[in-house]
Amino acid sequence: MNPLKNFIFQLQEISLLVWQAFIGLFRKPRYLSETIRQMDLIGVGSLPIVLLTGFFTGGVLILQTYPTLEYYGGQSEAGHAVATSLIRELGPVLTALIVSGRIGSAISAELGSMVVSQQIDAMRALGTDPTRKLVSPRIVALIFMLPLLTVAGDVFGIIGGSIVASNLFNQPANTFLSSVRIGITPQDLIGGSIKPLFFGLIIGCISCYKGLSTTGGTVGVGRSTTNAVVLSSIWVIVFDFFISKALQTVLDIGRL
Amino acid sequence: MLSADNKRSKIDVQESELGATADIQEAVDAPSRTLPAIEFRDVHLSFDDKKILNGVSFTVRRGETKIILGRSGGGKSTTIRLILGLLKPDSGQILVDGEDITHYSEQEMMRVRQKMGMVFQEGALFDSLSVYENVAYRLHEQKVDEETVEKEVRRMLRFVDLEDAIDKMPSELSGGMRRRVGIARALVGDPTIVMFDEPTAGLDPPTARTICELAIKLRDLEDVSSIFVTHEMNNLEYLSSEYATVNDAGEVIYEMEGEKLCLINTEVIMLRDGQIIFSGKDEQLRKAEDPYITKFIRGK
Ligand SMILES: Nc1ncnc2c1ncn2[C@@H]1O[C@H](COP(=O)(O)OP(=O)(O)O)[C@@H](O)[C@H]1O
Ligand SMILES: [Mg+2]
Repeated sequence: MNPLKNFIFQLQEISLLVWQAFIGLFRKPRYLSETIRQMDLIGVGSLPIVLLTGFFTGGVLILQTYPTLEYYGGQSEAGHAVATSLIRELGPVLTALIVSGRIGSAISAELGSMVVSQQIDAMRALGTDPTRKLVSPRIVALIFMLPLLTVAGDVFGIIGGSIVASNLFNQPANTFLSSVRIGITPQDLIGGSIKPLFFGLIIGCISCYKGLSTTGGTVGVGRSTTNAVVLSSIWVIVFDFFISKALQTVLDIGRL
Repeated sequence: MLSADNKRSKIDVQESELGATADIQEAVDAPSRTLPAIEFRDVHLSFDDKKILNGVSFTVRRGETKIILGRSGGGKSTTIRLILGLLKPDSGQILVDGEDITHYSEQEMMRVRQKMGMVFQEGALFDSLSVYENVAYRLHEQKVDEETVEKEVRRMLRFVDLEDAIDKMPSELSGGMRRRVGIARALVGDPTIVMFDEPTAGLDPPTARTICELAIKLRDLEDVSSIFVTHEMNNLEYLSSEYATVNDAGEVIYEMEGEKLCLINTEVIMLRDGQIIFSGKDEQLRKAEDPYITKFIRGK
């Protein structure tokens, strides 16, 4: 198959999978407990690294931009600068990248090994639809948990920024935080939590699709895991641009 | 489940009294008995230009065990996947209990799969679930209350003689135990059609024997129609020459066919290059002159 045909084929398969997973949400049996288990695994499980990443990202942003702001006499805007870039861009994208590395790989490896050990076939033979039992709960959990993780990461980023500002640049935390409060707009917050919804969907459907379409034994599982992480990371970054553009148009963000 | 006296309907009683013959007649006349359990009509299937099945037709009668022989890669597992509707054929028809399932949607297949049990090549146990949860899977999905589930799971595990392993995880089991748990899981809900995909591959002879005995027990005491895929000749030997019966003490015993009884409910088909090259009784298979078949039987 040539690459373009392959791409279109995969796109079609993924759309079909998402559609079936979506339809599955409205039919019985529903797998509520499985969804909650996935939320725990994805959300609570990823929280520590998301917080850590957010904290240090906020810190390094201040470390790098504070001298420049100071040069132009804009150091009072430091909190504003950090908060805006975190909430609009870095928070959602970095969280999505971390989750795609941690959860995307786990999902495709798990589903992939279920395929090669015939557990998916067994599931179907026993009368369960794997899309409903395995795919829907994972996608739903990702869509729910990613915005929450992002918000948590953003908050820790701002805390990290204010700690660096007060300790290394002697800016009182009060000054920093009030600049954050004045600087960010409701549109930033809305935009910043809409993005992760899409990212959750992207990571969920790519990893589930890659896992379920595994062929070729254990080697195949490794291949689909790698593909799942690479593809979902790329698509998160590509979509980020387009979602940002769309949000600017719709919510009128990005103009100071 | 059906009881032991039912076995008459499948075993030719050579020195029969009149009563027994009437029994057989009655059984044969019931509509559910006359419809074959599984029927393939000229089924074709290819994967990327490679012909896997090339015009395969066969029937499995009610209560019959069909042994499918063939080299690995010969399309045996594919045949079973077609019956379960996990795959669709390119052309031809597949009937289950007289119902044409060829174009059934996944939704419709779910209903048909209720009456089928499948024993996968390596067991295919869910490794995140315990033995109990594996066997109970079907019942849990149907939201059966836990008390009934436990009773049924224990009954099935007793059938495969593994009640002690109920709380273990699949990773703690040996190959033979995994296969037996797979059988127990397949038998929950009393399916009338059971498919075994190389259930004895890679097992030591006594364990393989145990698994064959389970298949014989299902055939003769539970009136199950089955497909038994294998490439091991001793499996064929056991299945086509022994039958299970219950002695006066109520124990299941296995007897050789012979003077008293001759098995008519076990047949063999052999697949080669996507086609059936032999279909009939094991005695005929042994007499076959086709060099491919003799080589398969004797290994040279
Ligand atoms: N999903 C698939 N895609 C492509 N080829 C397949 C697929 N499943 C099976 N095959 C091929 O079909 C042939 C028959 O496989 P199978 O039915 O598993 O054989 P066996 O008789 O050993 O059970 C093999 O050559 C296998 O490579
Ligand atoms: Mg096979």
